[in-house]
Amino acid sequence: MTANHPPIVEAVGLGRDFVLREGPFLRRRKRTVSAVRDVTLSVQPGEIVGYLGPNGAGKSSTMKMLTGILTPSSGRVRVTGLEPSRERTRLASRIGVVFGQRTTLWWDLPLRDSLGLTRHMYRVPAADHARRLAELTDLLELGPFLATPVRQLSLGQRMRGDLTAALLHGPRLLVLDEPTIGLDVVSKSAIREFLLRLNAEEGTTILLTTHDLGDVERLCRRVVVIDHGRLAYDGDLPGLRASVPTPRVLVVDLAAPAPPIEVPGGRCVRVEGPRQWVELSANPASVISEVTQRHDVADLTLREPDIEHVVAALYRGAVPSRD
Amino acid sequence: MRVHRAVFARGLRRYSTYRAATVAHVLTNAVFGVINATVLLALFAARPEINGYDARDAVTQVFVAQALLGVSAVMGPPLDLEDRVRNGAVAIDLLRPVSLQTWWLADDLGRAAFQLVFRSVPTFGVGVLLFDLRYPDGLLGWAAVLVSFVLVAVVAFALRYLYALAGFWLTDTRGVWAAAGLLGPVAAGTLLPLALFPTTVGDVLRLLPWASMIQIPAEILLGKDTLPGGSVVGGLALQVFWAVVLLALGALATSRATRRVVVQGG
Repeated sequence: MTANHPPIVEAVGLGRDFVLREGPFLRRRKRTVSAVRDVTLSVQPGEIVGYLGPNGAGKSSTMKMLTGILTPSSGRVRVTGLEPSRERTRLASRIGVVFGQRTTLWWDLPLRDSLGLTRHMYRVPAADHARRLAELTDLLELGPFLATPVRQLSLGQRMRGDLTAALLHGPRLLVLDEPTIGLDVVSKSAIREFLLRLNAEEGTTILLTTHDLGDVERLCRRVVVIDHGRLAYDGDLPGLRASVPTPRVLVVDLAAPAPPIEVPGGRCVRVEGPRQWVELSANPASVISEVTQRHDVADLTLREPDIEHVVAALYRGAVPSRD
Repeated sequence: MRVHRAVFARGLRRYSTYRAATVAHVLTNAVFGVINATVLLALFAARPEINGYDARDAVTQVFVAQALLGVSAVMGPPLDLEDRVRNGAVAIDLLRPVSLQTWWLADDLGRAAFQLVFRSVPTFGVGVLLFDLRYPDGLLGWAAVLVSFVLVAVVAFALRYLYALAGFWLTDTRGVWAAAGLLGPVAAGTLLPLALFPTTVGDVLRLLPWASMIQIPAEILLGKDTLPGGSVVGGLALQVFWAVVLLALGALATSRATRRVVVQGG
């Protein structure tokens, strides 16, 4: 991540408007809607960046502009030094893209043949293909279903197949659109571990959109939040937490049910039998000592605000952008 | 080129898995061929010659038309691309380092190759067994027919590619097929040989792209002088013309579609 490397992704003032035609036939009116407005973003080689936002915030439109299937209305963008919409086909051989809700594989072909077709598409030499496929087969445990037609694969297997297809040509940038959607916990974690390893060992830059905040917490050192087409946050995860006033919570298990705890710097927000939730507004250490002095405490846990609440607060507009 | 060969082979193999469907299609085409031929024989029993066609020419064209229904797809099926435009999966196709048009051309030629061997040949064979047909002159005549049939496949693709790309602007192309599926077979000469139409109507229809999928190849097989320039070469030239023009329009529409139009779906 030295400064003399050119960025993998560089967008300046990127915007996209859509013209909608509304109203009854013959009396249609045009209305312009901005899906993405003035997005400036730079991603360095080797980063893992999470691109978050509620549905309709402009995530997919941004991804489409970065991969060249949507032409920006304003601003400029370079991905691996190319202008995506004008050099789409060239860019395609430098990046790998996985859409969680779609597949790039051929439903009627066995996975191995689908991947073989991909090899011809990216003109990967046979020896390189074989080596890389062996590596990925090992890492993603494709072995048991390489000969299975794609239509018979489970969602988790298919996703691993799609990841393989996107990585066989050794792309510098991997773009993932909701890669873990619909997967069970085991498959999710397998995919996350794989992505971390890919990033660490090959330095592949990863840009992913997700609604799964587990993905974000496990994978992303950097988080970009978009809302109503504008960047709402760009920074690391602790910074995102700090930017939203979501207090930490002390969960107190008392020896016996008691009236709500009242201590300086703490406010009881919930009581369930002997268990109480205290929202902290002061230093946890002082609150904890107060609570243990005044009450007969069986157990204590301090809960960090989870990122889900932070992002939800950010979506609701609780925080102005940081510039 | 390697990738196109692979895509072609896959298109061919994919259709080869639909064995029962292929048998059913051949059967349907043969039955309709027999019905059409019988009707036309009744017609020609009353008038031995219409615009240069005799009964034998007409019956031969009926079986050429039935034999080419699969290759030309004048009544469908649409390209799979059409669905992919509607549901947004075309985004995946556009993210490949291969041109959208040549990719689908290779895929559809694979389909057409299968149809030519396993539908056209047996369907025409039924005509050969049951009726007195007219055949081309010698090896050169048959070679011209083969070239013509290959051009049918290219024109058929190029036209359906345009129908499919219309989806970028229209959202849904069912209307396109409602019109094309009805008018296409008439203009192609599937329903009736164009020779049976009033001469001016027939002459105009002959020049349109649909005729290059049935009527022109039938006339090439029959060696008719109603072909452009009065020769087989003229007929092949017209097919080449439509193949080139429609593919060029397709290329233009592709760049327009991807530059100006939104790929649907999240």
